[in-house]
Amino acid sequence: MSGRSFIIQGLIIFIALVFSIRLFSIQVLNDEYKLAAQNNILQKIVDYPFRGLIYDRDGKLMVYNTPVYDLMVVPKEVDLADSVEIMSLLEIDHKTFEAKYQKARRYSSILASKFDEQIPNEMFARIQDKLVNYSGFYVLPRTVRGYQNNILSNTLGYVGEINRSQLRRDTSGYYKSGDYIGITGIEKQYEDKLRGKRGIRYKIVNVQGVVKGEFQDGEYDTASVPGQSIQLTIDTELQTYAEKLLKGKVAGLVALDPKTGEILAMVSSPSYNPDLLSGRDLGKNFSGIQNDSLKPLFNRPLQATYPPGSMFKTVQALIAMQENQLRPTERVMCEGNLIGDHAPPGIYDVERAIQLSSNNYFFKVFKRIIEQGVHESRYIDSRIGLKKWNEHMSNFGLGHRLGVDIPNEQSGYIPDIQFYDRVYGVNRWAFSNIYSLSIGQGEVLVTPLQMANLGAILANRGHYYTPHIVKAIDDQGVVEPTLNNVGIDDKYFDSVLDGMEKVVREGSAVRAFVPNLDICGKTSTVENPHGMDHSGFMGFAPKDDPKIAIAVYVENAGWGGRAAASTASLVMEKYINGEISRQWLEDFVLEGDFLDARQKRELEAMNKAKRVANQ
Amino acid sequence: MRNDQLIYKVDWIVVLIYLVLVFSGWLNIYAADYDPDVNQGILSFSQSSGKQLIWIASSIFLIVLIMMVDFRFYDSFAYILYGIFIFLLISVLLLGQEVSGSQSWFQIGSYKLQPSEFTKFATALALAKYLSKSTRKSGEMRSQIIGFLIFLIPLGLIILQGDLGTAMVFGSLVLVMFREGMHPLILVIGFSVAILFLGTLVLSQTILLIGIVVLTLFGVGLVAKAPSKIVVVVVAGVMAAGFVRSVDFILTDVLKPHQQQRVMQLLNPNRDPLGAGWQVTQSKIAIGSGGLTGKGYLEGTQTKFNFVPDQTTDNIFCTVGEEQGWIGSFFLVAAFTALFLRLVFLAERQKSPFAKIYGYAVVSILFFHFAFNIAMTIGLFPVIGIPLPFFSYGGSSLWTFTILLFIFLKLDAHRMQVLQRL
Repeated sequence: MSGRSFIIQGLIIFIALVFSIRLFSIQVLNDEYKLAAQNNILQKIVDYPFRGLIYDRDGKLMVYNTPVYDLMVVPKEVDLADSVEIMSLLEIDHKTFEAKYQKARRYSSILASKFDEQIPNEMFARIQDKLVNYSGFYVLPRTVRGYQNNILSNTLGYVGEINRSQLRRDTSGYYKSGDYIGITGIEKQYEDKLRGKRGIRYKIVNVQGVVKGEFQDGEYDTASVPGQSIQLTIDTELQTYAEKLLKGKVAGLVALDPKTGEILAMVSSPSYNPDLLSGRDLGKNFSGIQNDSLKPLFNRPLQATYPPGSMFKTVQALIAMQENQLRPTERVMCEGNLIGDHAPPGIYDVERAIQLSSNNYFFKVFKRIIEQGVHESRYIDSRIGLKKWNEHMSNFGLGHRLGVDIPNEQSGYIPDIQFYDRVYGVNRWAFSNIYSLSIGQGEVLVTPLQMANLGAILANRGHYYTPHIVKAIDDQGVVEPTLNNVGIDDKYFDSVLDGMEKVVREGSAVRAFVPNLDICGKTSTVENPHGMDHSGFMGFAPKDDPKIAIAVYVENAGWGGRAAASTASLVMEKYINGEISRQWLEDFVLEGDFLDARQKRELEAMNKAKRVANQ
Repeated sequence: MRNDQLIYKVDWIVVLIYLVLVFSGWLNIYAADYDPDVNQGILSFSQSSGKQLIWIASSIFLIVLIMMVDFRFYDSFAYILYGIFIFLLISVLLLGQEVSGSQSWFQIGSYKLQPSEFTKFATALALAKYLSKSTRKSGEMRSQIIGFLIFLIPLGLIILQGDLGTAMVFGSLVLVMFREGMHPLILVIGFSVAILFLGTLVLSQTILLIGIVVLTLFGVGLVAKAPSKIVVVVVAGVMAAGFVRSVDFILTDVLKPHQQQRVMQLLNPNRDPLGAGWQVTQSKIAIGSGGLTGKGYLEGTQTKFNFVPDQTTDNIFCTVGEEQGWIGSFFLVAAFTALFLRLVFLAERQKSPFAKIYGYAVVSILFFHFAFNIAMTIGLFPVIGIPLPFFSYGGSSLWTFTILLFIFLKLDAHRMQVLQRL
């Protein structure tokens, strides 16, 4: 063999060596290609779980899921030659198309993003077959909330896309941009129960992205877990009726089952249609609702705070008796000159004082609580007295949140020593500075929920279950209510309850009287420096076997005995008897013309003064 | 009894390697086409593997035919066969079908035939005949020019068809010329041209021109004592500079856009992985993901799900790399290398110059296919569409390689008769 033959053989062996080494390098030494191969064929498909359903106390469906379709786009895959056809298919003009396409591209040209959110169902039906012809576009089904009735919107809350600050605050690492999350209400409070768990499936796809099978027989797949259903304590029928009564008023109403603390009805008026905040136009609708001067998004039963007014007198009487500063039948002479009063001068005991809502009586009662004579300095004595009173207030669930399972509950306000020290200076205030607290005016503020709870405390004669709206959750069954004792002896309740019964039978709330229903109640006509008084009522029924406790505030509606007492009475009757016997009262409430002749004149004078001031 | 004798004389090592390659090629064609959703058998005629079986069977028939024909036929009819195929190459240019940019196909019924494939063995025969029968020393100028022309004519015609890959195959016959005493300078010039070409793509023209001037002056210094050689060196330097200047013209006017892309792709493999670089990127991913032992037969995902284009034909090696891993790839490389070395050995033992030169032509053509096909799939060379011998799907190519190889085996089997005759 010649030398040239060896050169040729050498060349052959040389190439074989080069190939073997090169192959060893890319096949064995380099992992990059294995990853790239996986990325080629694996497609991660997220299974969004079904959000938990919400039922009322009788198991009637309130909130469900309804399918919608998002139009997704993968900008890189879009053939812009098709854009004219796509525009006509989606019925959008060139400018809109360009804007949406560029927005998607700015996010990512290879990842899918939303081109159009929640396309209308008829549009989906029209385009779903044709869409496969245009690469880069596909439809992603998802669900939004649907509502069986247009009720309880504020408390149910709504679901929306998670925003950036929520994403930042999320420590669980569960949420991703574009996910949906409960924004307010029960949807927010029980988000972790309702949302369920996302599932992830890995699919093997071919070069066109067509699914060819499961990856490793689904070994790495996780199934999506549907959200848990929640049963509320709400009575749909009662809620609907109460909302109907308060429609057109600015009002808050809470009705509780005193035996359990379950919230039977909770009305915030004005409210909004929950469907507006579910679906395609959430953003647009939201700003409309938010800019409404009557604040429909404000959940008044929990968030609005009012002075308690005369309903506070029940608490004052109980504290005074518990503090041994007042005997139930003790006769107290009231001349009626200490404080302005609608009650006539005369001799009062607890029952009569509550029945007639004597301001002068409770001025004296509160003075006894605050100035118990344990210290010779009346300033220090008042401090000691106020401290004791604060403790009682706290026991009644006032001045702090009750801990209801709905977000944004307000605590109200009960002024304490620190507050008056700030206002007047240390040891520079005494009873004379704080006497308006005696009749529930002044700095004290409560929520309608706290007052409904007060109704429950009175009904239960000294204890309450923490108000709650969730009766049961799928995985933990019935929610056990927490029992709280207010520290007032049972014996002191008789006189207060008798007085409250008389308020309804022959006192300020005669409109609330229903034969055989034994309603106990107390009206409040809350002084309002900004306009007409607020109408308030707190009570429960029946007296001996309480089934419902209630509080109602109707803003600027004048006398407590008119708007609030009538509404409360109708709601209680509806709940206990299932029907309304007094159509005239219902008509009165629905009509909403609550002011008496004198108040109307006052209102006119006020409006006139305002007009003058404005000019 | 004559057939018995033939069976004993045939080189069974080559036959065995041939059968192994064809059979594993067939299995890999099935794997490359395999779709788990449409699970058809390897014999199904709707699959490439089923059709390939027809080509394999007909190749066996061709082998028998080649073995039956008198061995002197190939020597005698070499020029006539060459003439026929040159004629076909010209006619296909005028009458043929265009498939993916190349006008190189005849449509016969539902099958397509590519005359340029068959021209390979005809050219090999003609070159062998010319070089062996030439009374002049093959080292002489005139004989060399005619030798070059024998394969440069089909090469030119095939370039005209637009099939640069197949055309380049004919260039491999330079190796035969080299073996038969061609001046090594031609190879040196060839390599210099290739290096200058790549250099022009990578470096700026100015740097290259300065380099050429420096090298020329250095060369002049080396041969300063022989004035005639100074002229040669200077002429070479000027030609090199002219070549560099004209590469730009070659790039933009001679190479087609997709060929330019492929050259640029090799220089920067990460450029445009979803466009021009798709094939190289994906074939490397497929082979690279095979690992040491591979994913297992029919378990390859990249080829099965069509990430690699032309996976049954030009990129069949990807299926081997992915499913059989480095070990399988190594065996494939080893099998081909063994085949080539055995063929070189057989060529060297020929008594007749015709058989010997033809043997080298067979080695050159097969080796060129092997080397450039694999180099292309593993990203060592720009993508040129040439098949992997015996492996790739396709009747024309399998027939051509079979004919090419078995004519040589036939000649080899009769090597002693040549002596007797003399």
